[in-house]
Amino acid sequence: MLAYLARRLALAVLTIWAITVLSFVIIKLPPGDYITSYIAQMSASGGFVSEAEVQALRREYGLDQPGYVQYLRWMTMVLHGRFGVALEWKRPVSEVIGDRLWLTMVVSVAAIVVTWALAMPIGIYSAVRQYSTGDYVATFVGFIGLAVPSFMLALILLYLGFKYFNASIGGLFSDRYAEAPWTLAKVWDLARHLPLPTLILGFAGTAQLVRIMRANLLDELGKPYVVTARARGLSEWRVILKYPVRVALNPFASTIGYLLPYIVSGSIIVSLVLGLPTVGPLLLRALIAQDMFLAGTIVLLLGVLTVVGTFLSDLLLLWIDPRIRLEGKQ
Amino acid sequence: MPTDGRPILEVRELRTYFFPEEGTVKAVDGASFEVFPGRTLGIVGESGCGKSVTAKSILRIVERPGRIVGGAIHLRREGGTDPAATIDLATLDPAGLEIRHIRGGDIALVFQEPMTSFSPVHSIGNQMVEMIRVHTRLDKAAARERAVEMLRLVGIPRPDRRIDEYAFQLSGGLRQRAMIALALSCHPRILIADEPTTALDVTTQAQILDLLRHLQAQERMAVVLITHNLGVVAEMCDEVVVMYLGRVVERGPVDAIFHAPKHPYTRALLRSIPSIRASVRTKLPTIAGSIPHPYNRPPGCPFHPRCPDVIRGVCDRSEPGPRPVGPGQTASCFLYEESP
Amino acid sequence: MWWRFRRHKLAMVGSVVVLLFYGVVLFADFFAYAAPTASEAQRSLLPPQPLHWLDGGFRPHVYGFSGRRDPVTLKRVYTPDPAKKIPVRFFARGFEYRLLGLIPADRHLVGVEGAAAEETLFLLGTDEQGRDLWSRLMYGTRTSLTIGLLGVTISLVLGVLLGGVSGFCGGGFDTVIQRVIEILRSIPTIPLWLGLAAALPSSWTVGQVYFAITLIISLIGWTELARVVRGRFLSLREEEFVMAAELAGSSQARIILTHLVPSFSSHIIAATTLALPAMIISETSLSFLGLGLRPPAVSWGVLLQQAQNVQALAISPWLLTPAIPVIVVILAFNFMGDGLRDAADPYGH
Repeated sequence: MLAYLARRLALAVLTIWAITVLSFVIIKLPPGDYITSYIAQMSASGGFVSEAEVQALRREYGLDQPGYVQYLRWMTMVLHGRFGVALEWKRPVSEVIGDRLWLTMVVSVAAIVVTWALAMPIGIYSAVRQYSTGDYVATFVGFIGLAVPSFMLALILLYLGFKYFNASIGGLFSDRYAEAPWTLAKVWDLARHLPLPTLILGFAGTAQLVRIMRANLLDELGKPYVVTARARGLSEWRVILKYPVRVALNPFASTIGYLLPYIVSGSIIVSLVLGLPTVGPLLLRALIAQDMFLAGTIVLLLGVLTVVGTFLSDLLLLWIDPRIRLEGKQ
Repeated sequence: MPTDGRPILEVRELRTYFFPEEGTVKAVDGASFEVFPGRTLGIVGESGCGKSVTAKSILRIVERPGRIVGGAIHLRREGGTDPAATIDLATLDPAGLEIRHIRGGDIALVFQEPMTSFSPVHSIGNQMVEMIRVHTRLDKAAARERAVEMLRLVGIPRPDRRIDEYAFQLSGGLRQRAMIALALSCHPRILIADEPTTALDVTTQAQILDLLRHLQAQERMAVVLITHNLGVVAEMCDEVVVMYLGRVVERGPVDAIFHAPKHPYTRALLRSIPSIRASVRTKLPTIAGSIPHPYNRPPGCPFHPRCPDVIRGVCDRSEPGPRPVGPGQTASCFLYEESP
Repeated sequence: MWWRFRRHKLAMVGSVVVLLFYGVVLFADFFAYAAPTASEAQRSLLPPQPLHWLDGGFRPHVYGFSGRRDPVTLKRVYTPDPAKKIPVRFFARGFEYRLLGLIPADRHLVGVEGAAAEETLFLLGTDEQGRDLWSRLMYGTRTSLTIGLLGVTISLVLGVLLGGVSGFCGGGFDTVIQRVIEILRSIPTIPLWLGLAAALPSSWTVGQVYFAITLIISLIGWTELARVVRGRFLSLREEEFVMAAELAGSSQARIILTHLVPSFSSHIIAATTLALPAMIISETSLSFLGLGLRPPAVSWGVLLQQAQNVQALAISPWLLTPAIPVIVVILAFNFMGDGLRDAADPYGH
């Protein structure tokens, strides 16, 4: 068990390191550097940057140093919670991102919860009642879910909502709460706006997980331990829910490892369509404006949070599967 | 052995067919036999002859697309004043309460592969306590106590610790012992053991068979032993049923079957056992041909294409019924004239 | 394997659809009837003109439009005019192009040959710049599907190479490659793609951007293919026939080429087919966000970009039509891939 934990932890740390490098590469990739973009930004808005100021900035950001030194400097900054300044807003990046990061995570985690809550019962039903009408319907809807990218689903629903209800279905808050400080009422408002974006985000994942759950469970249903459980006089639902479903749950639980990155990815683009106040639209704006500190920071934070989420799901797996828990304890 | 000469379980003309998309498979096609209290019935035959499906049919746990299409399975009721009172398992609702009480309560099942017969994610104790609590009114602590007791009874050392382990932590022999403990934890009247020793090595096999015999005497239960190993049959059984392609071809007391086999198939089976008395370097006889594909059952007697004594024009036309060939012994073969 | 695949009806339908789409890729110029960049300011955001087949006999035609400016919103409002019948001809002459890039031709599937200047054909309507959506969709299909194919080819090479090395050599190689795969799979891809795509210099030509985007997509997409290849290698290595070949003294290269590759090529084909939709979605997503292909390139994502806000959708819902081929082709690829996978491996999944 300790070996497993150590392995997962080491991998998580390694992944986070890879993400920091990639984020740094993204920051550094565009021609020119932060200062040139800054000057361009200033002159575009009619401002003026003196030569001395440019030199000071270059020194401060270490732009006269070789790449790895810059990377180390940047990492030190990041570790101290300083992510640089967002050009367009002329405010620290952390301030610009603000609540948006947490809202991204709220939406993503809610989407995962929805995905699981839907996929599990549907998958179980599809497997236990294989080839029934319900199974065919689930399979059909599942195919649609696989084929319609989430942003397209959002577009279509947006259009339908506009056409038939004359209502904009986007956003995470009512106008009244958008800029308001956090109160219970605002949380409630958020909760009321959550279902649609989470359903859109979770749809494709649900379709995949239903397929996985169904296939896993079909595999397990014929196993001898199910037959012996039945031969012990347990009721059919108890047999199925306690034994094969429980076993099929393990590969299912491990899917969260790639489901989370997938959904976080999707949230970027769906947020843009639905106008959700997550980091998605911000990232896009930053990239188009070549505001690389902001963009790199968003990529970094999203990546790190995803890895942490994945690590937590590994812990969950550890808790539910005795085969891993007792590994090496024979 | 206190027996009034009445069977505790009587299977009559059982037919269990499978209906996959491609056609019909007659896995069990008219099997009849009786099981007596305190005695052991052996069901032998090659793989695919319908032994396991017969066992599953008795417990009504045949998986789709299979189902019982004919015959009766009479189980004598327990403790009733009328010794003749029986219940036909074949007519029960397979998901109903009544059959569920019988499963594990009256008739228990032990499978070939103890590793896969236990849930990989539940401890042995968890599964035992669950079963005991389904069939008795014991509370959790008492059920656990009984489970520990059962594990001790089957010879598992330190049962109070082993109970919380998982099947994959035990050795093969201990696993099968645990499986037997699980099966017997509600004191069933009949134990169906489906190839209980096939997956074990030879010394462990002997121990498990010893254990079964010992427990049978102690619990006074009937045992149905399903196996393809004739040595095990000779050692353990009182009566033997020989099956071929879903049909019972011969049955009788174990001595008669081994010393005076009547059906050509039984004879061929016995000939194919290696004998210590055989002269060296003689080829071990095998049964000619192979088991037909389940979709292409031969017409007439199912064994006739491989039978050395086939009577052309008879065996390939109609199916022989069972005829008495000795005391308590019947064979389904045209070689033996129907008694008038 | 082939007959098992044939039995899979949905997979057959999927394959036919995929073939049709690649037919469009090859002959996009023929199926289009207007050059993708030809714009007509007077015909901005024109709604689709449905094709009518009969007019006292088989005479396919569309209705003309009379346009006027709404005095309040200052937007052009079009009303179909059944009196103005514009005949539509099949195999009509239109703009000149080279068939398959070789043969000069000017025939198109449909057209309004020899009609007056104001008698124009816009089967699926026009966009803001008055460009014909149908023709642009044909060219977009060409771009999006070839990007998918090219991307999957690069991924395949990477995946087979790295997955094969990983599975066959094992040891240190395997560990490193497996960790790289795990790391790549646990990073959200879209932000990464966006970051990389945004860094492409804006001075690059359409062709350069096209290849760069393909590369970016496939650099991250190879992991799944590598995983499949490695898994097959590992399980095949344990098979008896491989051991028999080894004992018979075959060289490693010979074992790989004559024993391993044939026995998993069907899996590779299936996995590739299933990887294609992801490639197509990736390109579409990137272009949709404005960070993939850029105009004047035409792809499904570029076309959908115009449908990004709800106001545009409310006024001109036909801008959403490029979503239909995306969904159809992804479904078709999925059906086909599922069928191939079942045929390759009837017992596993």
